[in-house]
Amino acid sequence: MAPRMTEQPRTLYEKIWADHVVERRDDGTCLIYIDRHLVHEVTSPQAFEGLRANGRPVRRPELTLAVPDHNLPTTARVDASGARLPIEDPQSAGQLAALERNTAEFGIDYIDAVAPEQGIVHVVGPEQGFTLPGMTLVCGDSHTAAHGALGALAFGIGTSEVEHVLATQTLLLAPSKTMEVRVDGSLGFGVSAKDVVLAIIGKIGAGGGTGHVIEYTGEVIRNLSVEGRLTVSNMSIEGGARAGLIAPDAVTYAYLKGRPMAPSGSAWDHAVAYWKTLPSDAGAQYDRVVRLDATDIAPQLTWGNSPEDVVPITGHVPDPDSFDDPAKREAAARSLDYMGLTAGMRMQDIAIEHVFIGSCTNSRIEDLRAAAEVVQGRKVADRIRQALIVPGSGLVKRQAEAEGLDRIFIEAGFEWREPGCSMCLAMNPDKVPSGERCASTSNRNFVGRQGPGARTHLLSPAMAAAAAVTGRLSDVRELVGRNE
Amino acid sequence: MEPVRQVEGRAYPWGAENIDTDIIIPAHWLKTISREGLGKGAFETVRAKPGNVFDDPAYAGSPILIAGDNFGCGSSREHAAWALADMGIRAVIAPSFSDIFSGNAFKNGIVTVALPQEVIDRLMEVAKTDPIRIDLESMTVTTPFQDRFTFPLDPFRRQCLMEGLDEIGLTLAQDTAISKFEGRDQNMRPWMIPEHAGERRNESIAVEGTGRT
Ligand code: SF4
Repeated sequence: MAPRMTEQPRTLYEKIWADHVVERRDDGTCLIYIDRHLVHEVTSPQAFEGLRANGRPVRRPELTLAVPDHNLPTTARVDASGARLPIEDPQSAGQLAALERNTAEFGIDYIDAVAPEQGIVHVVGPEQGFTLPGMTLVCGDSHTAAHGALGALAFGIGTSEVEHVLATQTLLLAPSKTMEVRVDGSLGFGVSAKDVVLAIIGKIGAGGGTGHVIEYTGEVIRNLSVEGRLTVSNMSIEGGARAGLIAPDAVTYAYLKGRPMAPSGSAWDHAVAYWKTLPSDAGAQYDRVVRLDATDIAPQLTWGNSPEDVVPITGHVPDPDSFDDPAKREAAARSLDYMGLTAGMRMQDIAIEHVFIGSCTNSRIEDLRAAAEVVQGRKVADRIRQALIVPGSGLVKRQAEAEGLDRIFIEAGFEWREPGCSMCLAMNPDKVPSGERCASTSNRNFVGRQGPGARTHLLSPAMAAAAAVTGRLSDVRELVGRNE
Repeated sequence: MEPVRQVEGRAYPWGAENIDTDIIIPAHWLKTISREGLGKGAFETVRAKPGNVFDDPAYAGSPILIAGDNFGCGSSREHAAWALADMGIRAVIAPSFSDIFSGNAFKNGIVTVALPQEVIDRLMEVAKTDPIRIDLESMTVTTPFQDRFTFPLDPFRRQCLMEGLDEIGLTLAQDTAISKFEGRDQNMRPWMIPEHAGERRNESIAVEGTGRT
């Protein structure tokens, strides 16, 4: 990159933005170049239909990657002879077939449902080295924020925008405000990236980041692996922020080096030299700064129907009357009713029927290792109706199998599934039945998210594993010994 | 996009408030692969009740919908706009709209007309018997009874609607600027193109793969 002329210290966000402005309009909106586009089956069919109707090609097919995930059942995809098994729901099958046809017609790289690299779009991007620091990346899915963990400006878009990016490789955007979320200190025993992000959302609120791009900083974030950083950035949208960012560093480069779609040879060196210019300058100003101290963070989980409804596992179900805001009071009362909980109950006394370890928030190899450590030598409690482990990608699945994690889970009574979005959203056959309760490592606890009437508690993989073996929400710290 | 200069005709005098996108088009319709045909699912739960305004023959095929405050709140699904367009609605009149919905409506050639509640009440009266006319040039809503109400409209959106410009078409008109950016960028970030890009294209599927997976 050319030497920077500006003296003014800039944030990571401002640097990425500036390097992608194609044109600035009088009202401040900019035509922004989009470096990477991830596509899945649900939000893309009408975009391709629009291109076809107007006779428009895809401008840069090489910058787009498609993979099916939301609709795919997580049961076996091929039979013993290797032949593909049909998908029962005709509408799901139709959406999946449309993605296959559209990517072929428009010359877009497509990871097939049975390819070993298939997985959840937000797991696949980083894993393939498709996601890189300093890039603009979009996908028709609100959890695209995840990719910000690698220092990419990544956000979810609607179907018309998917079509716009396919046709023009740009988007018309207004600049966002910036918000620094700084987490200092070091994480206590049994506390993971998921607990950190739940604590952040609990603090800023589900609308706290609206209009902002969050940059996560501080010792705790620096000490997280890329997997952990992906978990944090993934949930930015649950705090209202369209995108989250973490400055690229040695951890990022070590993660990316040698990934199939990442630069190699001298191109790698050039890329790293550029990436090193990206972290926010000393003295750069954010519109808002929020600080958390990691020593205050215990394992976290949700009690209600908003991701901001967070308490530590040692806590209690809150009393709706304890909220000052009348709207919050009413929402809390509605949540307790839907969730079948009473104010003042100990979180640890809440019994569960389902466990879901998966989703783009927590389905990477470290998540499975953390869960396996808790499960090892134990059994899923009798009252649990279904305990699912759904790896985020075929590669995660293979790695876990190579480490013997699958056997730990299967022997304990878990189901070991094929990669996909699974029970994160009620779109494929994996659903939580009405009125039943699930300890889930996913990212949304909205009414009906895991199925009509389903009750969701969001928590970390280790905490979900602890809930599986005890049959109730449990403090993982009481189950596993301290190594130190 | 078809240019929209006026929308004129009968209007559904509905007036319901806080209509979220799940009411406009329920979630189970999201598995479709087409923008078309969603009209069948529009207001499904409302239409399940006998005597609803949408199945009243007096208003069949009306191009205008009159609704209450905060129309289009909830999920950002663009299917809501597609469903309205598919049932023939070209304009919605309400006291206010959710931002995402009005953005999606605009992108699909639907005019969102925001007018105060007392005007809505008057238009509801007129709509029961007579047509309503929305004019984008003068930014007015008029009735056969000399009513004349002006409404605000973002100048950019107004121009796009009136000239039938779609955002993609407009951006494509900036092709030179985009190409210039790409040329500059190729020098600065030659490593930007993904390695092995293009190796997963599967042209054969287009011919014989239909309906697989
Ligand atoms: S796992 Fe859940 S949040 Fe992630 S992409 Fe799939 S449906 Fe969306």
